[in-house]
Amino acid sequence: MSITQILFWILTVAALFSAIMVVSSKNPVHSVLWLVATFFAISGHYILLNAQFLAIVNIIVYAGAIMVLFLFVIMLMNLNKSAEPIKNRWLQIVGIVSGGCLLLVLVAALRNTEVAKNIAEVNTGDAGLIKNLGKELFTTFVVPFEISSILFLSAMVGAVVIGKKD
Amino acid sequence: MPINYYIVLALALFSIGIVGVLTRRNAIIVFMCIELMLNSVNLLLVAFSKMQAAKNAAVTVAGTDGQLFVFFIMVVAAAEVSVGLAIIVMMYRNIHSVDINFLNRLKH
Repeated sequence: MSITQILFWILTVAALFSAIMVVSSKNPVHSVLWLVATFFAISGHYILLNAQFLAIVNIIVYAGAIMVLFLFVIMLMNLNKSAEPIKNRWLQIVGIVSGGCLLLVLVAALRNTEVAKNIAEVNTGDAGLIKNLGKELFTTFVVPFEISSILFLSAMVGAVVIGKKD
Repeated sequence: MPINYYIVLALALFSIGIVGVLTRRNAIIVFMCIELMLNSVNLLLVAFSKMQAAKNAAVTVAGTDGQLFVFFIMVVAAAEVSVGLAIIVMMYRNIHSVDINFLNRLKH
């Protein structure tokens, strides 16, 4: 078992455990912090797949910006006192069972397909380097890139309009 | 690393997000579970792009478009989070709660 496989299993267990803790912890602040842990584990997976640009962007954008936004909203609303009474136990059981059924069906459907016999190259390859990604982004995908700036502008205007006290 | 492992990992993360959306009532936690589902799909896209890069290794740009799709998904997710959190703040200001059971009437 090489060092790459050991790192893969450690990161997988960390991602799954912290994702379960996101769903199961009562305090919303704890949920946010576990979600940050999940994002760090997924960034570790990106580094393992040699997608360095996406690893850095994932840490900066998700763990840095979006999760801080969530924390700000939770603390502004003063929600960090875990005030969610368990009303219906059956609803939770049904939710867990249906999620497990979805997982079972999807894994059983995708386990023996042709594409699942391939190998994802780990630790090598230059598909995820900033040089190749930047070249591709500013030649082939330059129009979606500019459209995404308009999307950001409209999202900013929309957030201000919705959040304004009227 | 076989692509099977990445498929199962991404599906497990996605199912955990589904369970969170179905069982939790706090609107912010439901939103965080949606972010978790988006991230599992991103992980699967990156794994598939590295699979493409391994399949045709002669082409240097093989697989870069998958990673650029992940980049665009992150862009859209950032915009979505800003608008969604504004909606949650407005909802808290109107009904003084973020419990999604109060939203079943689609008015007031």
